[in-house]
Amino acid sequence: MEHHPVSSSGNSPAVAQAETIPADLLAKIDEAVTHYPVSKRSASLPLLHLWQNHFGFIDDSAVKWIAARLDLEPINILELVTFYPWFRQLAPGKTIIRVCRTLSCAMAGSYELREKFCHSVGIDPAGDHHHGLPTSPDGNYSVEFVECLASCGSAPVCLINDDLHEDVTEADVPKILAQYLS
Amino acid sequence: MKSLLLPPHPKERRVVFQNAWTQGYTPDIECYERHGGYAELKKALGMKPTEIVDEVKKANLRGRGGAGFPCGVKWGFIRRDDGKPHYLVCNGDESEPGTFKDRYILHNDPHQLIEGMAIAAYALNANLAYIYIRCEFPKAAEIVTKALQEARAKGYLGKNILGSGFDIDIHVHQGAAAYICGEETSMIESLEGKRPYPRIKPPYFPAVLGLYMAPTIVNNVETLCHIKQILKIGSEEYSKMGTPGDGGTRVMCVSGDVMRPGPYEIPAGGVTLGELIFDVCGGLKPGRTLKAVIPGGSSSKILRAGESFKIKSKGADGEMIEKEIPLLDLVMDAASLAAAGTMVGSGGVIIMDDSRNMLWALNNLNQFYAHESCGQCTPCREGVLWIDKMTTRMVKGEGIAQDPATLQNVADNIAGRTVCAFGEAAAWPVQSFLAKFPEEFAVGVK
Repeated sequence: MEHHPVSSSGNSPAVAQAETIPADLLAKIDEAVTHYPVSKRSASLPLLHLWQNHFGFIDDSAVKWIAARLDLEPINILELVTFYPWFRQLAPGKTIIRVCRTLSCAMAGSYELREKFCHSVGIDPAGDHHHGLPTSPDGNYSVEFVECLASCGSAPVCLINDDLHEDVTEADVPKILAQYLS
Repeated sequence: MKSLLLPPHPKERRVVFQNAWTQGYTPDIECYERHGGYAELKKALGMKPTEIVDEVKKANLRGRGGAGFPCGVKWGFIRRDDGKPHYLVCNGDESEPGTFKDRYILHNDPHQLIEGMAIAAYALNANLAYIYIRCEFPKAAEIVTKALQEARAKGYLGKNILGSGFDIDIHVHQGAAAYICGEETSMIESLEGKRPYPRIKPPYFPAVLGLYMAPTIVNNVETLCHIKQILKIGSEEYSKMGTPGDGGTRVMCVSGDVMRPGPYEIPAGGVTLGELIFDVCGGLKPGRTLKAVIPGGSSSKILRAGESFKIKSKGADGEMIEKEIPLLDLVMDAASLAAAGTMVGSGGVIIMDDSRNMLWALNNLNQFYAHESCGQCTPCREGVLWIDKMTTRMVKGEGIAQDPATLQNVADNIAGRTVCAFGEAAAWPVQSFLAKFPEEFAVGVK
């Protein structure tokens, strides 16, 4: 579900996202709100997902627009964006590589695997990445550690965009990256 | 998952997994119907709702999400005719490290879950239900959403299902990568569109005050699939598959240092730990010996190779006798693991051999809990960060002499002092690793 057209180097675009909402996104938003007949506020997460899937990240205009759509205050949306690790306020790379960090994958080599991905796309694995996802200089790839992906029996695993890759070895990395050529 | 493409091991009995791994089985509704799909929903709609709840009680089904609460008892808290709206929430947030079973049901056999949910909703008089799926399963969300559309088109969901007069609609709700949402009151807050801070107890059960402050039942994916299976084979046969008080099969997810890791569906109490490792999973890697086992997800207390437990059981004459049970002879059911001081939890069994460093392993888990604490309660928010900092420096050999004692102290001051069980989940690994492997924690100190 992550097919965002944003090419990125971590800078917000000049145009606010809320100025360019396409009709199909609006339709999906309207449909999602109908799933919550008791409280529109429940549609907050679904709308954030739809938004991020389309735009790649959540900008300030998005927070205000979604809040207004659900009759909420912007802080009701912003507090979700800042709480949940999935949501981003800066543009990611075109392909997002999430390597599982947790015990069974770590035992099977996921730390080495993350470093291999980082080196292969030009990210400093030891860099300070507190703001936004660690992203390659060409904006093509982001690589991050995530917690348990619930596939411990085929460790180590990584989630690349929507695809789970299992039993991944360092030797597999070039072949895998080639599947996601930008 | 390679191990599942093999024929079932003789110790296995694939009940909720019966379709998921059948060659050529597809997640569409036609395939499900060809395999007897929705027959039990039809049967259920001809039963009294209380009869269904009784069947679930008699089946001795325990929740498969981690806490192991008897499902029928939980359902019994709902007063069907109290005039309030009731909700059903399926917990598909599978995030406990070491646990990987619900993902296969969601991806391969979504209609089994939907049928289980429709039956549950009818029994509980719930007209609206949600399946909370973690967003790291994006394909599962697509597959389940499509399956829900198919079920609606065939009249299994929606208004007046199968002419019964009963309405039920189910929607998928995706999480956003927060482990805490697996806690049922956190999940409810998340569903309400709020920050998912677990709710203060009491009330202890969402069956009293749940979603939108109405009676709500939250059940795990696997648990809801068992509902369909209980109606299919009957509570008597179903409960016979397990042990008294722990009926049916349970998916044991084995990972770590074994030859054939994988999710194995086994009657509750149907294997010992030794059989699970050396028989079902093909043993350890060549030349290795067993060092430690985390038996029920990362939050369960670790067990050390070579230890034994004094466990009481009923002898042939009905008298309770106490026996010394070595680790490998420990039966993998709720009662035996509880007697050994740990828990069957979510069924996530992590095996570690003699190549593993326990300080390193604990530090890995501490980083998990430090990342996942929701920050609501001070002992947890602050404690898990300090625990992580301490083991991180100990792994580098930069610990100080009092670190093991401080670790113990911080963990002891988290457990029991938080709104939800995350506090225990984060403290138990620290407490149990320190208790079982004290010598490894002295090494990380300068």
